[in-house]
Amino acid sequence: MEVLAYLIPISLFLGGVGLVAFIYTVRSNQYEDPDGDARRILSDEWDDKPKP
Amino acid sequence: MTAQLSSGTAACPGCLATPAEPARPIPDDVQIALSLPGIHCSACIATVERELNAHPGVEDARVNLTLKRAMIKAAPDTRAADLIPVLERAGFEAHELDPGALSATQADKAGRDLLMRLAVAGFASMNVMLLSVSVWSGATDATRDMFHWISAAIALPAIAFSAQPFFANAWSALRVRRLNMDVPITLAILLALVTSLWETALSGEHAYFDAALTLTFFLLAGRYLDYRTRAAARSAAEELTALEVPRAIRIVDGVEAEVAVADLKVGDLILVRPGGRMPVDGQIVSGQSELDRSLLTGETLPVFAEAGQLVSAGEVNLTGPLTLRATAVGQDTSLHRMADLVAIAESGRSRYTSLADKAAKLYAPGVHILSALSFVGWYIYSGDLRTALNIAAAVLIITCPCALGLAVPAVTTAASGRLFRKGMLIKHATALERLSETDTVVFDKTGTLTSGAPELVNLGDHTRAQVEVALALAEASAHPLSVSLAKAAREAGIKPANVRDITEVPGYGTEGEYRGQPVRLGRAAWVGAQQGAETSAWLAIGDDAPLAFRFSDALRPGADEAVKALRASGKHVLLISGDSKGAVRALAEKLGITDWVAEALPQDKAQRIQDLRDQGRKVLMVGDGLNDTAALAAAHVSISPASALDAARVASDIVLLGNDLLPIADACDTAIKATRRIRENFQIATVYNVIAVPLAVIGLATPLIAALAMSTSSITVSLNALRLR
Repeated sequence: MEVLAYLIPISLFLGGVGLVAFIYTVRSNQYEDPDGDARRILSDEWDDKPKP
Repeated sequence: MTAQLSSGTAACPGCLATPAEPARPIPDDVQIALSLPGIHCSACIATVERELNAHPGVEDARVNLTLKRAMIKAAPDTRAADLIPVLERAGFEAHELDPGALSATQADKAGRDLLMRLAVAGFASMNVMLLSVSVWSGATDATRDMFHWISAAIALPAIAFSAQPFFANAWSALRVRRLNMDVPITLAILLALVTSLWETALSGEHAYFDAALTLTFFLLAGRYLDYRTRAAARSAAEELTALEVPRAIRIVDGVEAEVAVADLKVGDLILVRPGGRMPVDGQIVSGQSELDRSLLTGETLPVFAEAGQLVSAGEVNLTGPLTLRATAVGQDTSLHRMADLVAIAESGRSRYTSLADKAAKLYAPGVHILSALSFVGWYIYSGDLRTALNIAAAVLIITCPCALGLAVPAVTTAASGRLFRKGMLIKHATALERLSETDTVVFDKTGTLTSGAPELVNLGDHTRAQVEVALALAEASAHPLSVSLAKAAREAGIKPANVRDITEVPGYGTEGEYRGQPVRLGRAAWVGAQQGAETSAWLAIGDDAPLAFRFSDALRPGADEAVKALRASGKHVLLISGDSKGAVRALAEKLGITDWVAEALPQDKAQRIQDLRDQGRKVLMVGDGLNDTAALAAAHVSISPASALDAARVASDIVLLGNDLLPIADACDTAIKATRRIRENFQIATVYNVIAVPLAVIGLATPLIAALAMSTSSITVSLNALRLR
């Protein structure tokens, strides 16, 4: 049962990482235009360097 | 430059006290919003952004494909009128949107807030459920206690954050001594937390942390669905409003300047070009034209306008430029006074109790009484406060309206999505329920059943030579009747005659010279004819008797089918119009409507609807004009086409986005189905309660049973709602 002492914190930490990542995406407006983002990935503009 | 700056600073004594900040006026960048209905692919996005960013003055342009919109940040002197041709050259239809009418950022804050709470509740409930599964599968003693304590450590902060909307709603209801659905929810969540903490402290067997969290999660999901549906409808409605950018041309010392309508003052001179809408109430100072008042009064016949005449905001100028002196602006215009009528009529509708409210009214007291009774019963029977409290908490959790909270939003989301794809926008939360109850449909004529565009009916009555002359004269004018005449003649393969010296006399018609004779096409009085009851343009060739080109208002596509379908489903169909008797009768006969009223004033329309209501009928009103707004608001439920005046769209529950009327009949069917699903969902939720509650009352419910009952009922309810799609 000692393994629980590692596993429970690890599972909580991983879940927390997911939660924080989700909150970050919401805050940085990444769900404003789902259709557009799905299409933009196909565009080859800014493939060589990121948009300034 | 330096001198200018220092004098500028010195003029303001407050600025002298803060010398650190350089007084450099940075002009604010302008935000321009464009609606791009035609974009659909990644190439479109790339082209539009490239074209816009290449335009001088544009700092940043970003396309939103979901909203079919481009947001542009540009230098202050950039105007949307400069950008639209750029896009049109690239092959994209573009319309300017009024950024002031788009409150996307503010509305989105509420949605983001709900989404965040939903995410936290989801995260916490998954983790706690993981721990609970190990407890259910046999963890005992110290391990179980530890799991319970960890669950508590996750559940308490998570619920404190994510259940706030319920707490706030419940508190505001309790403060005015009322009960709503959020009161039992709050009580269940809090009681579950308290008893579970107590049990954990005493190393008890059952803790309901997982139940409290899943409950919050499911209920938040319902709220979020509900919010999303309404936000989508709101943003589409906002876009319709934003398409009418409120600008006017003000003349100051003979110079024309474009200003916002909000900045106009009484006494200003305003120029209204042909095709423009009157921004204010005023008196015509100069110019002659014809006015289309159909949106205000329902009459299709254009009215002659000349200097000295009074005009009201909302009328459309047809032929010649008019200069007005404003007599009333903004809130004082007749347009706005009419909108106030709506506010009064609308207060009647807010008394409508939705199915969800009805369920809550029955449900909330029932749950509280049941839970209190089991607490008292068990306390008397066992004398143990802990057992009694545990059982009371279990009863509250099991009966908690998880499925009830999802029952309505899941169905309305599915139904609204389905209707949106057919071109209908559901603006009001209870619109579908009210639509399903209607037994009477009242239509307005002009602009609703008819498209408001005239259609030539007697082309065959005239000789080819006459039509050739008429066509030549008609093509020189942008008047709706001329445009329609020219279109009909061209479609019949007729070429214009060689008429020379064609001039348009605004407000009267066009005249010219044909084979040495003067020819005129225009108003009856101007060409020497007697005006009949029908809309007509008259052609005079030399001294011959004038010839009438008669027009009827073209039927809107789908009008015939919609009326037929509504009658077939057993609804009583009426036609109430402000137009003249002859025109209304002709249309009513064409559509087979036996019950019609002509020459109705706005008050008459609203009164007529009120009378129908008093007879116990549930009225669906379909209308578009300002004269319909009071009636739209007074009706049980109302629909307006997208071409309607802003005030009419605001007053109605449902907006028809396309040109076709047929979806109305469809919407009634969908509404009836949706209401049936909502009732089914309530029944499903009740069945689960009937099975689970006795178990809870006799003390057999465990957290596992509570979790199973809750999840299965929520999932069944959502699946049932999905059948509507």
